Amino acid sequence: MAPSLATLKPPARASRNWGELIVEALIRAAGYSAILFVFLILLFLLREGLPTFAEVGLGDLFAVRWYPIEDYFGLLPLIGGSLIVTLGATLLAMPLGLATAVFVAEIAPRWLREILKPLIEVLGGLPSVVLGFMGMLALAPLVRETLNTPTGLTAFTGSILLAGMALPTLVSVAEDALDAVPRSYRDAALALGATPWQTIWRVTVPAARTGVLTAGMLGIGRAIGETMTVMMVTGNAARLPDGLGALFLPVRTMTATIAAEMGEVANGSTHYHVLFTVGLALFLISFLVNLMASAVVFRQKKRSERLLS
Amino acid sequence: MTTPPPAKITIERLSVQYRDGTESLRDISLSIPAHQITVLFGPAGGGKSTLLRALNRLNDLVDGVRVTGRILLDGEEISGPGVDTVALRRRVGMVFAQPVPLPMSIRQNVVYGLELAGVRDAARREWELEKALRAAALWDEVQDRLDAPAVALSGGQQQRLCLARVLALEPEVILLDEPTSGLDPISTAKVEQSLQEIKRLYTVVIVPHSVQQAARLADQAAFFLQGELVETAAGRELFVTPREARTNDYVTGRFG
Ligand SMILES: Nc1ncnc2c1ncn2[C@@H]1O[C@H](COP(=O)(O)OP(=O)(O)OP(=O)(O)O)[C@@H](O)[C@H]1O
Ligand SMILES: [Mg+2]
Repeated sequence: MAPSLATLKPPARASRNWGELIVEALIRAAGYSAILFVFLILLFLLREGLPTFAEVGLGDLFAVRWYPIEDYFGLLPLIGGSLIVTLGATLLAMPLGLATAVFVAEIAPRWLREILKPLIEVLGGLPSVVLGFMGMLALAPLVRETLNTPTGLTAFTGSILLAGMALPTLVSVAEDALDAVPRSYRDAALALGATPWQTIWRVTVPAARTGVLTAGMLGIGRAIGETMTVMMVTGNAARLPDGLGALFLPVRTMTATIAAEMGEVANGSTHYHVLFTVGLALFLISFLVNLMASAVVFRQKKRSERLLS
Repeated sequence: MTTPPPAKITIERLSVQYRDGTESLRDISLSIPAHQITVLFGPAGGGKSTLLRALNRLNDLVDGVRVTGRILLDGEEISGPGVDTVALRRRVGMVFAQPVPLPMSIRQNVVYGLELAGVRDAARREWELEKALRAAALWDEVQDRLDAPAVALSGGQQQRLCLARVLALEPEVILLDEPTSGLDPISTAKVEQSLQEIKRLYTVVIVPHSVQQAARLADQAAFFLQGELVETAAGRELFVTPREARTNDYVTGRFG
């Protein structure tokens, strides 16, 4: 495509007017500044966080005890807490979200679909504090009673709420992806004697897998950085999750730790530096997750582009 | 109606109306003899695809479509409510104008229908795979890369793959909607050749992509114009001595 555009250029290059140059410069500046801001944030995190490594030994950071008042700065329970809550949320949200998207896109009659779609999108705008509040008052007691745990404020409770927050985004993006699968795919499968269900699971969903994957990433991405809700319902006990059973015990996530403790530390103290290190770790983890996601999506995209060509 | 004629498919006073009110088929009656190639031809928008899609009930999926009249397969009504459409579509297979390889390997594409039909026996599936690919004149080109993704095939190969996929199911009737519209003359000849061979086993209904192809293939031909079945005749008659002036205009290239 590029070479044919080049040949379209008029032979005598008309002098480009100033307006065009200015617009181009502005757009370029906007593009670079986005990168610049992320870079500045990283620099700031590094400046405030790096002193940690001079003040606390690496061995002490990768320990299992977080008790800053007595200078125990083990980060593992926080990282583990974040991971287990996010993992739980993903496990809950992916199947549920996909099922909902399939229902809305493939099964629901047109009128129901036209009601459901905007409704789901509105749910995505619910403030997280409100969700956390509902989680504390309604969900936590429910979890305590049905699972018979000592407290309802567990990693699992956080996972449920995070899944709830991820769902609207997940469903609406996945639904768009399913909707974009050409009609002819469904016709082809049905004409081979596939039932509507077989058509959905063997043809429509696989053909939309890039979009469904993106939907999952976007949904979880919205949940992973979430602080308020998680802080309100996970019990905030900095304890290393040691297996799946830990899902039903209180945990403490990285985001919740920063939010809860940042207001109380002395500027420049070791505790202060460590909190920035936690932020740095969070930054790196979400950077890695995004990198992996885009690698997967990119690879899949090339394949599906061939598919649709 | 009198006693049903000895036909594979009998269409009685079929009308199809889409949601927007356009009558795509108006009062069509036609009988399709077994083990012959019936050609449906005519200018764009005549309702040929709509008729094919009525025969395997794919029209059901279009929102707000209204079908009146009856279609009988072996004397049994297949157009009413309460027909098992999944079973019907196994008996009446279809190849589309645009080849649609499913997002799987070549092998899986061909055996997918068998899997759906509950054929578990792997040896039988392999055997059907080869038989179908040979019948579709594709075996020689793909036999050493059966596990490559089907989308990697050329357009003409994809189309023959779609034909093989239908043949593997061993349906009774095969519907083809302009199956060679995207193919080069050599692939087209291969597909036409295999159609002539498979008609001994199946009943074939085809919408050809040109009048020439229609004339080459027809054991029976039906000319459609704007939702109306203008006339039907056996063999090449319609292309040599049509009764209707409108048919004559079209086959001699005066319009369309
Ligand atoms: N899904 C649909 N919704 C509404 N109208 C439709 C739909 N499909 C077809 N039609 C209309 O029905 C009429 C017949 O269409 P059909 O596709 O059967 O024609 P055709 O003879 O196959 O034409 P072509 O040679 O272009 O394939 C056309 O007027 C078309 O616009
Ligand atoms: Mg057509």
